[in-house]
Amino acid sequence: METTAGSRVEELDAGAAQALLESDPPPVLVDVREPAEWNQGHIPGATLVPLGTVVERIGEVAPDRDRPVLLYCRSGARSLRAAEALRELGYARPMNVAGGLVDWEARALPLVVPSSLDPDKLRRYSRHLLIPELGEEGQLRLLEARMLLVGAGGLGSPAALYLAAAGVGTLGIIDADTVDDSNLQRQVLHSTAALGHPKVESARERIESLNPDVDVLTYEERLTSENIDAILDERWDVIVDGADNFPTRYLVNDASVWHDVPVVHGSIFRFEGQVTVFKPREGPCYRCLFPQPPPPELAPSCAEGGVLGVLPGVIGSIQANEALKLALGIGTPLVGRLLLYDALEASFTEVALRRDPDCPVCGENPTITQYVDYVEFCLAPSAGGVSRP
Amino acid sequence: MNVTVRIPPTLRTETAGEREVAVAGSTVREALQDLTTRYPQLAQRIYADGGLARFVNAYVDGEDVRTLDGLETHVRDGSTVILLPAMAGGDAS
Repeated sequence: METTAGSRVEELDAGAAQALLESDPPPVLVDVREPAEWNQGHIPGATLVPLGTVVERIGEVAPDRDRPVLLYCRSGARSLRAAEALRELGYARPMNVAGGLVDWEARALPLVVPSSLDPDKLRRYSRHLLIPELGEEGQLRLLEARMLLVGAGGLGSPAALYLAAAGVGTLGIIDADTVDDSNLQRQVLHSTAALGHPKVESARERIESLNPDVDVLTYEERLTSENIDAILDERWDVIVDGADNFPTRYLVNDASVWHDVPVVHGSIFRFEGQVTVFKPREGPCYRCLFPQPPPPELAPSCAEGGVLGVLPGVIGSIQANEALKLALGIGTPLVGRLLLYDALEASFTEVALRRDPDCPVCGENPTITQYVDYVEFCLAPSAGGVSRP
Repeated sequence: MNVTVRIPPTLRTETAGEREVAVAGSTVREALQDLTTRYPQLAQRIYADGGLARFVNAYVDGEDVRTLDGLETHVRDGSTVILLPAMAGGDAS
């Protein structure tokens, strides 16, 4: 590394830059070109901060001024100016890739070439694009993401709406029910006009009118041991579980472990809800918590159920948020943590969930290796034949 | 020790609607014993084979008692015990 005379900005060629990026911890990598240039290809892991915005935005991209910041542009001229500006701001080690992307490409080093967003998408997702952790790369990730919603009811409604609005490219929806007038107090995906229609169709219409970028795949069926593998084989990135009954919960759990798909799990009752993320092998699964469903005579009675209409809005929205984080690989997901929300107290409580080494499904010596069709405990009086919390 | 036990909504029929119950005890077992003495119907909903039923978890100050000393886990003055039974209620219906 050489130091330019009279300046403390370190300059290095693209080869040395790449070696530095592979060190641990790597420097913060900043691309100071314009969005149009960025879209034609950039160095993996870089954050776009156009030269004109460097002084204003560097604080959010590189909050730690002691951590090295590696800057580049096309030829190394703009990034040198940016590096000098960082030095003025008190950054300890601003560094410049002297030959810029020209040198990088000449060495055939890896480039990310985003399939850039068209003008409509740039406008639709502009509030996402402004978030440094998301940006165009994150938005493209969401557009390529595939999420499966188990249930298009209370929890599935807000989750589906927010995931669709966020531009999740493929949403699968499983639900065997039709829209009933008792659903509309909380299931905001469905409208009065959809009464009697299959929920998956009502959901599809609403989502397609909200965001035509989303592909909706519908499964008008109940999950069973017979159909679950075929559905899970469709390469989902995340499952959002808003099921209303134990048999489905356990099927989803076992399938998620065997297919290695994270589950964002939510449940609600009256004024209280809970949400967590079951990420296979990184955290516990549902059976680590509850190896078996309760016997029917001790399962919570359906008759004493009921739910405040807004509660699934809160819990389902948190599920959508966790699903987006998982797809984007940002933040700290609710893995190994169960978040409890009490709407009457307006309080959140968290408890720790740990993997059970003796878990019958994800433990060291699994005893359950094929799907179990538990008996439905709690039959609703309606023709739908599903439990009604 | 004075301990607060938080009753989940699915078990409140057994506690006459109480959301939290102040009990005494120096272990989770003693605290729950005090609780089930006051609300005997709760016992069959949370116990099995002399321990906690496998579909009910208990947390002391945010930690699962199974990862501590089970029902013998000590509680401090002011500790909160959360009872958490398996709850299916996702509301897809």
